[in-house]
Amino acid sequence: MAKITYIEHDGTEHTVDVKPGLSVMEGAVKNNIPGIDADCGGACACATCHVYVDQAWRDKTGSASAMEESMLDFAENVEPNSRLSCQIKVGEDLDGLVVRMPESQH
Amino acid sequence: MSEQRVVIVGAGHAGGSAAAFLRQYGFAGPIVLIGEEPIPPYQRPPLSKAWLKGEADADSLALKPLEFYAEHGMDLRLNAVAVSINRGEQVVTLADGQTVPYDVLILATGARARKLPIPGADLAGVLELRTAADAEALKAAIGPGKRLAVIGGGYVGLEAAASGRALGAEVVVVEREPRVLARVACETLSTFFQDYHRDRGVVFELDAGVEAFEGEGGRIVGVRLSDGRLIACDAALVGVGATPNDELAKDAGLECAGGVVVDEDARTADPHIFAIGDVAHRPLPLYDRMFRLESVPNALEQAKQAAAAIAGRPAPAPETPWFWSDQYDLKLQIAGIPFEADQVIVRGDPAEARFAVFHLKGDRLLAVEAVNAPPEFMAGKMLIAQRKAVAPEKLRDMSVSMKNVAA
Repeated sequence: MAKITYIEHDGTEHTVDVKPGLSVMEGAVKNNIPGIDADCGGACACATCHVYVDQAWRDKTGSASAMEESMLDFAENVEPNSRLSCQIKVGEDLDGLVVRMPESQH
Repeated sequence: MSEQRVVIVGAGHAGGSAAAFLRQYGFAGPIVLIGEEPIPPYQRPPLSKAWLKGEADADSLALKPLEFYAEHGMDLRLNAVAVSINRGEQVVTLADGQTVPYDVLILATGARARKLPIPGADLAGVLELRTAADAEALKAAIGPGKRLAVIGGGYVGLEAAASGRALGAEVVVVEREPRVLARVACETLSTFFQDYHRDRGVVFELDAGVEAFEGEGGRIVGVRLSDGRLIACDAALVGVGATPNDELAKDAGLECAGGVVVDEDARTADPHIFAIGDVAHRPLPLYDRMFRLESVPNALEQAKQAAAAIAGRPAPAPETPWFWSDQYDLKLQIAGIPFEADQVIVRGDPAEARFAVFHLKGDRLLAVEAVNAPPEFMAGKMLIAQRKAVAPEKLRDMSVSMKNVAA
């Protein structure tokens, strides 16, 4: 299990255990954490699972694919550490990961 | 407020999401979620795609883990069929005679696959695809060398055809219209998808009627076309559209017009009853019209509308309807509805499998259909919502970025 902390835009923190193999998005949705809508269920089709990856974790979460980049290009409030959480696979190496949510999803 | 008891009939994507949103929005009262299927709410889109190809398991299909419902104080009743609503007494009656009282009722009964009223429709091997159980039967029927006939060239049919080919099955798609996706996409898109499927071994019978399913020993052996030819097959998937499950509402005297009629909060004329998802006939402010939409984004949007109204939260902003489909390595994303469009603009080259079709009325963008073109989809969706004037010559010009077009 990997402990992941999701921080809502208003500062509310949720720390949950996520099974390796799931995506960071699935970890949020299965735990009913508000702020990650994930309308398309992880098909990289909607950009409603946008998160900011905590600086300390940017290397371990890897970089966005071309498809993800072009979706993010048109999401709101995009920052250099923006990712679509459906595209980050959880492994034991992400134990302790912290992600923050934007004010609203696209 | 929190004393109210919410009963949700239908534990699909819409019903399950409404329950989850109610808790997210701070609603603390009792929630009863009634579903006909034996399993808790799950995602249907992967049934014709990742799940069919063995790339997703039951756990990943589930909307929430099983414990979720008890942990959040929800009374999840599976294998339970609602048979009537008594609006005067505010009670739902189940098939086993149990009664479930409600203060607020959400109808999320979905739609069912339309059947073909032709001989042989009840043969073993004549399949449909709505539920996980349907998908199990289809999966068993499409191994290497198996022959699958798909009746209906809509999204379900084409996605199943693509998955069938990926699994090594032979696939014939029979379509009544002269082109696939005739009711849901433009001609450029239809032609593109037909060619793409043909190049990957799918055979099309277009403009073709189906006369009967022929069987031996109670099992299908072929599909008889109107012109007399027999398409031999081991199984047939019928994907010819869906019918809303609005009988409960109709019998209870609620207005139905090809779906249960609701307002912008997803509420029916009865203030205690909402209807959401595939079963709802709902207004779309963007187009100033009523629609019944069969899509996950629509189910989620209406689940939010109902949950917000019940929990006393502000209504979500009016949405741009959208839809997606995955076939082979193609990602199709559609936003908007090309209702009353008078101009069609193609951006990019279908031959490169990366293009978008824009539908405009005057200088207003109504809809975009994008194939492997996320910028076109995302910018298009934004422009549709903003109702801003767009310059057609910029849309057509690939050297102008979509960021620039949308600016």
